[in-house]
Amino acid sequence: MPAKYHIHTKPAPPRHKRIGKYGIVDWREDCSACHNCVKRECAYSVYDQERDLLKAAEEEYVDYLYECKGCLCCVQSCTKGLLSWQMNPAYLALGDDCWTSDIISSTWYQAETGRIPVSGAGYPGPFMGPGFDSILTDMSEIVRPTRDGIHGREYISTSVDIGRKPMKLDFNEDGTLAFDVPSLLELPLPVMFNLMPWRRLEPNVAAAVMGAAAELGIRAITDDAAMSDHGSAVPHIEPSSDLTPRSPLTEWADCPDVLAQIRNAKNADSGVISMVKLPLGSASTPRILELARNGADSLHLYADWKGIYEDNGQSQHITKGVREAHLALVEAGLRDTITIVASGGISMAEHVAKTIICGADLVAIDVPLMIALECRVCMNCREGLKCPVDLSETDHDYAVQRIVNLMGAWHNQLLEMMGAMGIREVRRLRGEVGRAMFFEDLEKECFGPIFGERKTPLPGQAHNVEVT
Amino acid sequence: MATDIKTKPVNQTSEIGLCIPPKREVVRAPDRWKNSVGKYRVWRSEACVKCGKCEEICVRGVHVRPKGYADFLRGLDWKCTATVCRQNGTYCVDECPQKALRIEETQIYKSIGDFRWTADLIFSTWHMAETGSPPDGELNYKTGNSGGGFDRMEFVFPDNGPRTDPSSINTSIPLNRRGDNRPEVVIDIPVYGGGMSFGSVSPHTMLSKARAAMAWNTFSCTGEGGYPERLWPYREHMITQVATGLFGVREETIKWAPIVEFKYAQGAKPGLGGHLLGDKNTPAVATMREAVPWTPLFSPFPFHSVYSIEDHKKHIDWIKHINPRALVSAKVSTPVDVDMVAVGSYFAGAHIVHIDGSYGGTGAAPEIAKKNIAMPIEYAIPKVHRFLESEGIRDKVTLIASGGIRTAYDMAKAIALGADGVVIGTSEMVALGCIRCGRCESGKGCARGIATTDQQMLAKMTVDWGTQRLINLLAAWHEQLIDILSRFNMNDVKQLRGRTDLLRHLDY
Repeated sequence: MPAKYHIHTKPAPPRHKRIGKYGIVDWREDCSACHNCVKRECAYSVYDQERDLLKAAEEEYVDYLYECKGCLCCVQSCTKGLLSWQMNPAYLALGDDCWTSDIISSTWYQAETGRIPVSGAGYPGPFMGPGFDSILTDMSEIVRPTRDGIHGREYISTSVDIGRKPMKLDFNEDGTLAFDVPSLLELPLPVMFNLMPWRRLEPNVAAAVMGAAAELGIRAITDDAAMSDHGSAVPHIEPSSDLTPRSPLTEWADCPDVLAQIRNAKNADSGVISMVKLPLGSASTPRILELARNGADSLHLYADWKGIYEDNGQSQHITKGVREAHLALVEAGLRDTITIVASGGISMAEHVAKTIICGADLVAIDVPLMIALECRVCMNCREGLKCPVDLSETDHDYAVQRIVNLMGAWHNQLLEMMGAMGIREVRRLRGEVGRAMFFEDLEKECFGPIFGERKTPLPGQAHNVEVT
Repeated sequence: MATDIKTKPVNQTSEIGLCIPPKREVVRAPDRWKNSVGKYRVWRSEACVKCGKCEEICVRGVHVRPKGYADFLRGLDWKCTATVCRQNGTYCVDECPQKALRIEETQIYKSIGDFRWTADLIFSTWHMAETGSPPDGELNYKTGNSGGGFDRMEFVFPDNGPRTDPSSINTSIPLNRRGDNRPEVVIDIPVYGGGMSFGSVSPHTMLSKARAAMAWNTFSCTGEGGYPERLWPYREHMITQVATGLFGVREETIKWAPIVEFKYAQGAKPGLGGHLLGDKNTPAVATMREAVPWTPLFSPFPFHSVYSIEDHKKHIDWIKHINPRALVSAKVSTPVDVDMVAVGSYFAGAHIVHIDGSYGGTGAAPEIAKKNIAMPIEYAIPKVHRFLESEGIRDKVTLIASGGIRTAYDMAKAIALGADGVVIGTSEMVALGCIRCGRCESGKGCARGIATTDQQMLAKMTVDWGTQRLINLLAAWHEQLIDILSRFNMNDVKQLRGRTDLLRHLDY
């Protein structure tokens, strides 16, 4: 049995002050200095820290704003009833509707600790939502092939292959293979690192992304000539680019002569596996089938960085596009020949599993890598403004560890989900919608016989608005 | 007819201690914190001339000035129902001759809670636990804000139809419908308490749950963490849970149990087993679980002795053999094939099929599991109910639903969708003062002294107070259930089961 794939995580505390979710307000005015809140009530000793830190003159912040756990004990026990409590406005201002403050905060936690986020009480979020939140995964009640999930003895594989797979074997009369076996690249995680959506990375961050990919045994796509020689690099070739294809994997942006370029590259180096990048959408379907028939080894289908693509003037979610592309290839009898990488809006570990359930073999991620390095998705860099966390000054080893930690946490979460589903191979998860539940189907099956036809669109369908 | 389950006489000089059966009566149980929090905050400016007009018109008693005092004390702001007062013309802000009063929503009201447990639900549950009645002000005590499921369903009450006399309404349900010569156990309300282990919650919380269950002639459950001695006097109202780690399972506790519950899976973390973090595994907890203190304890998934329905039957036979009077409950989660699982459980010999939906509570679970795995209970109930009906066994088995039952209205909707009764957990915790901060698992556990085993923190709550809060909560739920049944002109909660025609979904 091969050694178990293991990601070595170790704590990597943040360089900048955390942005906590809660804060205590109205503290000092009229305070009788009884110290009950400090000495008696705070189970987390937050005020103790605050007092200590205030003594240190060089500290300019008040830590309790960042460390409060929101238990309300001090508020409800204050001798004079002075304290109040509220959400931290800086926390609420993080991110946007797709990259929410909770996602950013959870990603920071995972990058710091390498652990799965665990909490008590039930799920606090909405009943259902658009996109990924309209899919639930299944569980197996008593029959589960692996024991004890991540703590157990049996192995859940998260390996995937990139490349073309022959559908049958042809042999010569002497028993040798009658064709050249295409190259195949095996990744131990169904994840690649993608180009950043709106900018090229600073050299030190790009090097850290490569370093993390190398440590994880996966690959990172790059359009930076300085990085393309790295062992884990996947050069991204645009028509205007001066990068050269290389084995094992090269990505081409789709263009009319991309198949010819791939042929040339393979003639020069037979080890090159080709990946063609093209947008999701029904307009791409004929092209997807054409590429699959005529020699592309893998396809990188992308939505924008929020997971949305445009289709016939309407915005759709990546999950829909991936399902359509997957089913078109299945119907054409081509699905097993080719690998699909999907990217866009994948911000949490669950999105990896759900994208694969919708039909991708693996995913490519981008913004989470920046969030792992404490990015706040404030978009300053997009506007050419200063980065509040100085990404360009991140230490290499530290940045590598943060990204490795994040992937370690994602890997474990993927194992948890697959274990619950009773699936021990991520390859088998591809297109396995039978191990998922879609809200649309649940509503029809369970509520349809009771309430009739649904009139309000589901959140996912409500997203069908004109792209502006 | 309901059969009363009487507590066996307890040797009052034994180490177990004195068991004074709690009474089923509402006694006001005010917040145990010095400063209660609520929706509004009332500010009094220096312009106040202490004329007393506000005190005179306030129907809630917000403005406090004891007799003989010139000045007002700090107001009981949390009682304020400003919107209602404004409608009724008793709004102190408008009536104040000096315009010295100002009322605004508190930051806490704006910040506390979430989509499923809104600030309104938390505050109204506190109100019910304090007073034994639903709030009559402006708090929405019926639904949350999740945007689906129970929160988008409502009962369609007849406008002016006949109503049943509330005193003639029966809210009891039988738990044994198999007719297999085992006890005909009947509980007085269609709800019992969920399993929370010793370790995940404090002994005070466990005792409060057990005593409230005794008062209402229903059940509480040990969870998977053994049977602390202090619970022995309540054994006729305790379900013994046998879960995958078999922590604390002993032959004698199986022998005592009127009901034994096999926990196959839990709604909050389906397919993942259980997890007690090391910090909460104190020596007392470890002794009960026969484990090493301060180490994290994992319950595996699944039962390593059960890989088929035949194995499940073997389990049930084992319990039935050891305890000839026990009923058997199978607690399962809600996968795609939950209906098949329910039917299988029945044929294996279970008296109760307990389905736990994916939005249920937990002491610790990976967030990815709480959010994504298995289906909400609102879907599972009608699915299972219909399948049991089509198999012709609906009246041979008791279907209990849990995992997201927050209010009396959720309970009634679950029954109307097809369940016989429900199990609650988070509602009980909220009644005891939980604010759903989700930190039950971290460090020593709950800072509010509910889900902790730390001696200092658990001392924040007494058993008597906790018991009364839960008795009051159940009284408020009972009152609301009676009201619902009365408005439908029903005289028995069993008539409500499966009456989906009485429900309307706002999206359909």
